[in-house]
Amino acid sequence: MRTVFLFLLSFGLVWTSTAQPGPDRLRADAPNSVLIQNATVHTVTNGTLDTADVLVQDGVIASVGTDLSAPSGVDTYDATGMHLMPGIIDAHSHIAISDVNEATRPVTAQVGVGDVLDPYDVRIYRALAGGVTTSHVMHGSANVIGGRNETIKHRYGMTHPNALRMEDAPRTIKFALGENPTRVHGESSDVVPRTRMGVESVIREALTEAQRYQALQDAYDAGDRSAPPPHSERLEMLADILSGDLIVHAHSYRADEILMLMNVLGDFGVDEITFQHVNEGFKVAPELAEFGAGASIFSDWWAYKFEVYYSTAYNAAVLTRNGVNTSINSDSPDLNRHLYHQAAKAQRYGELSDEETLALITINAAEQLGIDDRVGSIEEGKDADLALFSDHPLSIYAVPQRTYVDGTVRFDRNDDPDDMRLQVDPESVVEETVVWHDTGTRHGACMQQTGMHLHANETGVRLHN
Amino acid sequence: MLRLCTLVLGALLCLPTLGHAQNVPAQRTDIAITNARLVTVSDGIVENGTLVIRADTIAALGADVDIPSGVNARYDAEGHAVYPGFIDSGTRLGLVEVSSLSETQDYSEIGSLTPHMDALTAVNPNSISIPVTRVDGVTTVITEPSGGQWPGQAALIDLLGYTPEQMHVDGVRYMVLNFPSTGRRGTSDTRSEDEIEEEAQEALDELNTLWEDATLYADIQANRNDDDTGHLPEYAPAYDALVPVVTGEQPIMLKVDKAADILDALEWAEEREILDQIVLSGVSEGWRVADAIADAEVPVLTGPVIALPTRASDRYDTAYANAGRLHDAGVTVALRSGESSNVRNLPFHAGFAAAYGMGTEAALEAITLTPARIFGVDDRLGSLEVGKQATLFVADGDPFEPATQITRLFINGYNVPLESRHTELYEEFLNRSPGLEK
Repeated sequence: MRTVFLFLLSFGLVWTSTAQPGPDRLRADAPNSVLIQNATVHTVTNGTLDTADVLVQDGVIASVGTDLSAPSGVDTYDATGMHLMPGIIDAHSHIAISDVNEATRPVTAQVGVGDVLDPYDVRIYRALAGGVTTSHVMHGSANVIGGRNETIKHRYGMTHPNALRMEDAPRTIKFALGENPTRVHGESSDVVPRTRMGVESVIREALTEAQRYQALQDAYDAGDRSAPPPHSERLEMLADILSGDLIVHAHSYRADEILMLMNVLGDFGVDEITFQHVNEGFKVAPELAEFGAGASIFSDWWAYKFEVYYSTAYNAAVLTRNGVNTSINSDSPDLNRHLYHQAAKAQRYGELSDEETLALITINAAEQLGIDDRVGSIEEGKDADLALFSDHPLSIYAVPQRTYVDGTVRFDRNDDPDDMRLQVDPESVVEETVVWHDTGTRHGACMQQTGMHLHANETGVRLHN
Repeated sequence: MLRLCTLVLGALLCLPTLGHAQNVPAQRTDIAITNARLVTVSDGIVENGTLVIRADTIAALGADVDIPSGVNARYDAEGHAVYPGFIDSGTRLGLVEVSSLSETQDYSEIGSLTPHMDALTAVNPNSISIPVTRVDGVTTVITEPSGGQWPGQAALIDLLGYTPEQMHVDGVRYMVLNFPSTGRRGTSDTRSEDEIEEEAQEALDELNTLWEDATLYADIQANRNDDDTGHLPEYAPAYDALVPVVTGEQPIMLKVDKAADILDALEWAEEREILDQIVLSGVSEGWRVADAIADAEVPVLTGPVIALPTRASDRYDTAYANAGRLHDAGVTVALRSGESSNVRNLPFHAGFAAAYGMGTEAALEAITLTPARIFGVDDRLGSLEVGKQATLFVADGDPFEPATQITRLFINGYNVPLESRHTELYEEFLNRSPGLEK
């Protein structure tokens, strides 16, 4: 009995100290300290250092400079000619989860994708192979107020779902405006909203209900009521939005709906939001800047539905020049493997500087997710999430070489075997070939499991019931 | 805009733009591009060169060129590079405007057997996506119908013109054949292995029967007297369209991806002795059977390059590396984006192919001279050579690099303004007026 207790205690201690429970099938013996030498270091927040060293100790960036020496027991890695940047952060992803959309009602704040994390998803590794170390894994866009999202670190190899969670990352929740919720609920099920007017009313009603719920709760806490309100997980979550404890990330495209949501949140005293996709953000960049809203956008995706027909690939440039915190995300298990290239297009379309462009996929995304104290730049004391490239990461010829998460190598172009799956279906006799035909197939996973989704087949992209 | 004014002779066109961007028409003017780095593709690079355009043609080029009298316009390229226009060997450009709206989808007709559908008919010369594409240097594309076994005919088009005929390059049309596939059509394809096999076999039987029928139909047509009106065979538009195919006159764009299917397709074509009549398109698992493709001496239009591997067990970069591995095996490779609204990314697909083993030179050829040769239009496109069509662009660096800016564009001798919806919205909204004030 006593032994068991001690075992549990030690297990608990391990859990708290590293928050990485469960076995690591790939990198159990890999060190989390290293001295990376002679790289061109793109710190993002403090300029670019030529031929510099970065010392990583116990998963944390211990120092950045020149001619650093490795403490005893710490290996060195010669990165001469290579470029080191902070691990890339994808502010909009749907990898590493087994479900995306609880597409049953317009408001489903009570659910969260953190409950369905899948550490076996090989797409985590493929993201690492593009230098991506953190993903904001989001609920889908079927509902006006969808579920909570989860910010994960790409600790691929660890098999406990909790090992993926980024400890202490702020909680976020998905909203969705425009065509997706009006199609799923209004058009298909005859449930409000069918219009963008309806979308506004759904949000106002939900937040008003939450205000009243919280007022009853507060009255009970103050001793003015004899009983708390009947528990509602949905209203608890909505109340957290009002208190600023749950940050809104809103799928949105058109200028009008972006303005609408800023007005609504303003009325409810909520002052923090990041808009996702935001294809028409460039039209209301001054308003976004004034509100202090973030914009997490695609580099050049457009014309895949009507609400993105009036788009421009110069969106990142217009938003950035107008002072809006802007990131570039993937919403795709393909694009997330080359976010460095997606970001680079902001140089073709608007001539952003190298530093501004790298910020789109690092520190800006970190700020939008509230994790910029830990990741998003190469600074002493931050997590050693690092991406090493053969060339300048914004060059088309850049090939990711190594990716570190918490100081541990989780992608190594030269050493990793081809097949990086953690599990193989024993019933699968012949391995399946999926052919990614033609246009649109690489579009996002936002509409998975709506029962009505963008679906790619050999005849193109269509909506399916 | 200002640079355009230094070039265009018509004074009216030089008025500065106010408010929103105006659409300046393309102009054809004899012109000498001087002080340029000429990336000819066919014959190396000429530093500090001059290239002369007269009417629709490259009239002269080289380091020492006497500019003919009568060529009065000059464009000092300031050391920037001139490239032949890029060719995308597989798109849906002009056949769809908004991809989720069925009203704007004109690439897939009802039925599996529609070889009589002609993509050129449905190409919208005023598609918003066309200027968006060409301002990045992609000047010429294959646009394809899709769906079913014989979706119709693909066409090669230049991205300038007000009618499909004006855009059509040298009458090039390919008959598209979706070879029976044993691959899955995406992750939502939940058919069992047996179902897939069965459907593929049925499709192959159907294909073979159809081929025999079309051959018979062609024989009947060929042996019929013109005045024999009493014995007209029943009009069958699909068979009619296949006559030039089964008689060997029209090339086939055979779409196939999975390794086993590629081998089957090559065997099928060999049995019918039509290996020299086909090009393979798609070919995402080509690297697994590269030697067999090389042995068959069949050209390949592959891509998208920037794509996912076809199998979960595959190395993460197999799609990036595919073109290079085919090239290394000796296969003639051209690249396709498979895109509609983002065909402009073709140079980046080429760049990824270059970085993952193909090398810059071969990747450049794969979007210029190689497709021009495959499509039989290398007398007019694909390289900078005297006598070829003046379809080219000027860039301030390597056009595969995202940071590079395209600074001038000519299609068929027309100086095309570098404007598109994307640039127009940028100009209007960068410094929006009114801003926040009412």
